[in-house]
Amino acid sequence: MSKPIETSSGHRGLDLAEPLIFELDGPGRCGVDLPEPDAVTNRLGGLERQAAIGLPGLSEPQVVRHFVRLSRNNFAIDAGLYPLGSCTMKHNPRLNEKVARLPGFADLHPMQPMETVQGALELIDTLAEWLCALTGMSAIAMSPAAGAHGELCGLMCIRAALEAKGDARQVVLVPTSAHGTNPATAAICGYRIEEIPADDRGRVDLAALKEKLGPHVAAIMLTNPNTCGLFETQIVEIAEAVHAAGAYFYCDGANFNAIVGKVRPGDLGIDCMHLNLHKTFSTPHGGGGPGSGPVVLAEALAPYAPLPMVVRGADGLELVEHKSEALGTAASFGRLKGFHGQMGMFVRALAFILSHGADGLRQVSEDAVLNANYVLARLQDLLTLSFPGPCMHEALFDDRFLQGTGVSTLDFAKAMIDEGFHPMTMYFPLVVSGAMLIEPTESESKDSLDQFIATMRHLAERARQGDAGYFAGAPHLAPYRRLNETQAARQPVLRWRPAVQEAAE
Amino acid sequence: MRYLPHTPADRQAMLAAIGVDGIDALFVDVPGQALLPAALDLPHHAGEMAVEESLTAMAGRSLPAGAAACFLGAGAYRHHVPAAVDHLIQRSEFLTAYTPYQPEVSQGTLQYLFEFQTQVALLTGMEVANASMYDGASACAEAVLMAHRVTKRNKALLCGGLHPHYADATSTVTQFIEFDVDTRPANPSVVEDLGALIDADTACVVVQTPDLFGRLHDLRPLAAAAHAKGALLVAVVTEFVSLGAVMSPGEMGADIVVGEGQAIGNALNFGGPYLGLFATRQKFVRQMPGRVCGETVDEDGRRGYVLTLSTREQHIRREKATSNICTNSGLCCLAFCIHLSLLGEVGLRQLAQLNHSGAVHLAEQLAALDGVEVVNESFFNEFTLRLPRPAEAVVGELVGHGVLAGVPVSRLYPDDPELANLLLVATTETNSEGDVAAFINALREVLS
Repeated sequence: MSKPIETSSGHRGLDLAEPLIFELDGPGRCGVDLPEPDAVTNRLGGLERQAAIGLPGLSEPQVVRHFVRLSRNNFAIDAGLYPLGSCTMKHNPRLNEKVARLPGFADLHPMQPMETVQGALELIDTLAEWLCALTGMSAIAMSPAAGAHGELCGLMCIRAALEAKGDARQVVLVPTSAHGTNPATAAICGYRIEEIPADDRGRVDLAALKEKLGPHVAAIMLTNPNTCGLFETQIVEIAEAVHAAGAYFYCDGANFNAIVGKVRPGDLGIDCMHLNLHKTFSTPHGGGGPGSGPVVLAEALAPYAPLPMVVRGADGLELVEHKSEALGTAASFGRLKGFHGQMGMFVRALAFILSHGADGLRQVSEDAVLNANYVLARLQDLLTLSFPGPCMHEALFDDRFLQGTGVSTLDFAKAMIDEGFHPMTMYFPLVVSGAMLIEPTESESKDSLDQFIATMRHLAERARQGDAGYFAGAPHLAPYRRLNETQAARQPVLRWRPAVQEAAE
Repeated sequence: MRYLPHTPADRQAMLAAIGVDGIDALFVDVPGQALLPAALDLPHHAGEMAVEESLTAMAGRSLPAGAAACFLGAGAYRHHVPAAVDHLIQRSEFLTAYTPYQPEVSQGTLQYLFEFQTQVALLTGMEVANASMYDGASACAEAVLMAHRVTKRNKALLCGGLHPHYADATSTVTQFIEFDVDTRPANPSVVEDLGALIDADTACVVVQTPDLFGRLHDLRPLAAAAHAKGALLVAVVTEFVSLGAVMSPGEMGADIVVGEGQAIGNALNFGGPYLGLFATRQKFVRQMPGRVCGETVDEDGRRGYVLTLSTREQHIRREKATSNICTNSGLCCLAFCIHLSLLGEVGLRQLAQLNHSGAVHLAEQLAALDGVEVVNESFFNEFTLRLPRPAEAVVGELVGHGVLAGVPVSRLYPDDPELANLLLVATTETNSEGDVAAFINALREVLS
């Protein structure tokens, strides 16, 4: 590699170096114009702030420039293929952003009188109906704020239902390939976790599962399609065995994009499942949220659903916010969060659903599965496929093809960055060595996939040709070189501090 | 279908490359009886104009707060959000990025998270903050769970002025583990002596300030009482603009500060998505839930940022994780961070003064009405009125006058007749003199 050119400003063409906002402080400067407050005798009860807060002062153009410069250091789905397995990085239509900002949705206070928010309740109710229809389930809890929050909601329904029967059970079964949130959630619900191994086809080992089942098992948490990108072929038998043991079947719906419009989870015998609206239904990931994780429920679990819920009353739609015998919410396990749910995400998800319709959603899953299988077919001779296809919406490879090259999955992923692609999910699931989980989604064209495939083939060949040094140094062309994560964890610096204070400490 | 790039020819070519003759060959692992033969009997795809039209019509069936004189608060506040905020958060690079797992191409997100954590720590007077939780109520529940981990004690004491959604979320999350939650009765006329209720089993005391009724609390005596008995003090703030005018919980001895960040940078959105804030002392950092961003350097020695301390988290620790939280409120953090950057020290303090002076004026005018009493001695921008008759009916009647008068306490506590006449009233910089006059005149009329 040639030595990078040094510049005197620290900027590198369009790659503009940007300090922390605190380092841009001009005391007394302000980016908003506010009226002078009237002088009043304050009513702060003697608790007026005395000390300075320490916030920096900037004008509006400085603030705008700061955040625009920061933004340019991010990869984004709008800029290129983002094949993060299990994350469903699909196109985020801008219509959805526009309608979410309509004052009749965005400028509603959550505690306005019911008669002034009928349109908003109608939106929640309409989305709820679509989600129940698409999953073939009879009830839904809309308030969970994200997938993991939905898992919590589902397991709490299960625990409440079991306790209502006086049936205390202690164990939740989780496959070794599960998302880490599954065991973490089960632990919060007071359950002990037992793992179920995968068989050599990447599916739950049904015999091992049956051995683990018994009167102590409250539920199984299973992702389907699973985290290896495969449909659980024996899912109906799994459901039967789970139900025969008196346990419930929780399905992690993170991978619903593979089957939306093609398969209704309710037809497979599941009892509850969360839907990540920020995956299948395209609400933007926003750099890590906000998400939304409604949970569909079978009839047996519906009475335990969290508050609030929308019901149709005599005077129109109504939010039930408290336990009530009359309204059928007496058995609810309680409230999970403030107010009513992720309204802004609901609007975007419904816009996505109405745009696609029943036919378009079916095409979504077909194209998502087609794209993943196309990648699988075109890479399986060079990369090592973990389990034979067909896959669903994501293709799982592992690092056996890198054996003896000195290149790791991590190195390979970082080299993809130089080629203009976001890396796939790596080292997950844990059931294969050096996992590379590729989910292209339905948003990618054939041309885009062909370019990605050609790049992956090029990198695989380059790795085999013994160019480990190149990979170890990657990324070479990203805004930043590899960051030292060990240092960050050993000596955590989690905030900025002014230089003078540092000297004083 | 405008969002799907493939032509029928593309699909055929791809199926041929895969070596199958139809799409259902790829769904061969689905049990046959479960594979739907055709699209569900629901509406089919629609163009952009049609979707916008139908959703605009739906939105039209509600009354936006901005189309009325709005005085609602109780944990959600209508502030002016500068146009630059909403523009910047819609930049593709922020809006359509994932959680920053690849730091070399995610420094935009990571740097603003680091700035956000610093802002939250500064405002709360704490040493560290995380990269957000779902909302204030879930952050409160997580704070109690953290106090349980830190102290290994099994009880939390929640003040009566804690927003009931926060108390409920806390009770919900702890209901299946060995842990007791003692929620004190809500009553704005009572001064609680929480210190006397702390015992050797108490993991934490949770106090909100300003509380649900708008009252400000000096946390110092309670912090001393809690610490003397080995308990932690959790402070809850639901209106973060107040911290521009009021002493921070950190200065008053809190060990964990949680709250709702919606008031800065984020719209009302009918209750979500909002922004849970979580700050604590450095010594507890490894017990903190949620994502955290930390400073480091890249191979060339350039300062940069990464998600760190992940050994606390679910994807590493699984069932031993500090929390199951994964996706949080990234874009809401960004809105908070941009708005607070625009405000700065001068702007936030002025905004807080403006809110407070508006509230003082409003309280004086309301107190002058016959039969109306302002319950509070202290408040920031929200206070409690005692009306001569049930507040819910009064609020309903005021809608017809174009006034969204506040939150009747009965909406939150429907079963307590003693609270039925109480109304929570909040005012912000968005309320004009006209709004105030409309409220005063309409209230006088419906009470006469």
